[in-house]
Amino acid sequence: MRSAYELIEKAGKMNCTVGEIILLEESEMTGTPREQLIERMNQNYIVMKESVEQGMTGKWKSLSGLVGGDAARMEALRASGKSLLGDRMNQAAARAIAVAEVNAGMGRIVAAPTAGSCGVLPGVLLTVRDVTGTSDEKVIMSLFTAAGLGMVIAERASVSGAEGGCQAEIGSAAGMAAAAAVELAGGSPEDTGHAAAIALKSFLGLVCDPVAGLVEVPCVKRNAMAAVIAVTAAEMVLAGIKSAIPVDEVIDAMAAIGRQMPCSLKETAHGGLAVTPTGEKIRNTYHQ
Amino acid sequence: MKAGIFDMLGPIMVGPSSSHTAGAVRLGLMARKILGTNITSAKIILHGSFAETGKGHGTHFALIAGLLGMQPDDSRIKQALEIAEKEKMLVQFENAHLGDVHPNSVKFLLTGAGGEKAQVTGCSVGGGRILITEVNEFAVEFTGEYPALVLQYLDSPGMVAEITKILAVARINIAQMRVSREGKGRKALAVIETDEKIRKEVLQAIGELAKIDRVMFIEPLN
Repeated sequence: MRSAYELIEKAGKMNCTVGEIILLEESEMTGTPREQLIERMNQNYIVMKESVEQGMTGKWKSLSGLVGGDAARMEALRASGKSLLGDRMNQAAARAIAVAEVNAGMGRIVAAPTAGSCGVLPGVLLTVRDVTGTSDEKVIMSLFTAAGLGMVIAERASVSGAEGGCQAEIGSAAGMAAAAAVELAGGSPEDTGHAAAIALKSFLGLVCDPVAGLVEVPCVKRNAMAAVIAVTAAEMVLAGIKSAIPVDEVIDAMAAIGRQMPCSLKETAHGGLAVTPTGEKIRNTYHQ
Repeated sequence: MKAGIFDMLGPIMVGPSSSHTAGAVRLGLMARKILGTNITSAKIILHGSFAETGKGHGTHFALIAGLLGMQPDDSRIKQALEIAEKEKMLVQFENAHLGDVHPNSVKFLLTGAGGEKAQVTGCSVGGGRILITEVNEFAVEFTGEYPALVLQYLDSPGMVAEITKILAVARINIAQMRVSREGKGRKALAVIETDEKIRKEVLQAIGELAKIDRVMFIEPLN
């Protein structure tokens, strides 16, 4: 079975990023030239940036009308100078909400790793880019590192809410984003593992309980929380903090928790927030 | 499950759900490819989470969009039902328990313009990735990532060798292969995923083998 430990060790030995290893492997395995893979990732990055821009306009409304306009509200707060998080973290959260709102409105996004969690990586990476002043090329390379961590998660656990609950979607996105963020800030391959582990641990056990079965409540706001946690995890690792549990073992724990989670809490809308009095009321209104 | 880079970052898609919207479009697309012609009528049976929360995720629209040949990033997915009506494709939905299958499973019963029939079952396994698990009541397993050759034939000694010999001569490399049958000497089905596209004359040569009943070539998604 694929392990993050092996990827990180290989990258360390070859003095390159985890993303570089993944890129080499994919190019070799599929026979696709490296430049073509990078160009395809660039297309993803372009759509990510577009979806942030579109979402920040605040003009998106979901079909149900439950979500929309919150990214613009966050930006208005930031512009007023009254943000508690500060400009940068406010933007990370606002951008994550922006993309998730575009998704809920049946707009175009990049699943990262899923549509429900599509806001986390754009929110985190565009913000880390602004903070560090790094180039778009480096951000694109960091997306390969994020993908590498995601591939390990998909093989050892799952990235599907129906299989593993919200931890598998939003948790995986946070882990992938934390790994990419720490790399962009100058972290080592080993640091990417610690950052992913710390972020992922914060989401273990998180259930998938969408109100009325829609990818709206609580999904959109969870994207903002995951973005903030991912940056915090990267910050901790940059400060020299390590994860006590190695990332592969955290992923295995996530897989086990997902198997133990009842079906009612795995995207069926039969438990959690979906069956609160207000959740039921929304469901009845929507399904009339 | 093994996944590639662009399963993790991607697809570029219309929301709201990679498993329930984009995956559903791809399942519809694969079913359409397996039938091989335009669809005049489709019965769509939803299982598990597809049945429970499909409506909220636009799963119904997405499945129809796929059957119509749309890609997961097509902005017309929302209007799939109207488009199906215009194109005279009859669609009927049903919720049912399909047995011990993935929670996001669907079964298509399709009829084509020339009366062709196909039964396709598949599931959406997360991030827009899919797995086709049954074709015309035979258990199969393929993802739509490779060109796939689906062959129905009469089980007989040497049949697999004859098929693979044709592929070998045409310099087509087999990536994965799976064979199943109803019983000894009865109907059998082979799914052969290849690295290269399979040319018309190669398909023809396989189709001319004595015991071959049906040859389907399914181009990969994307």
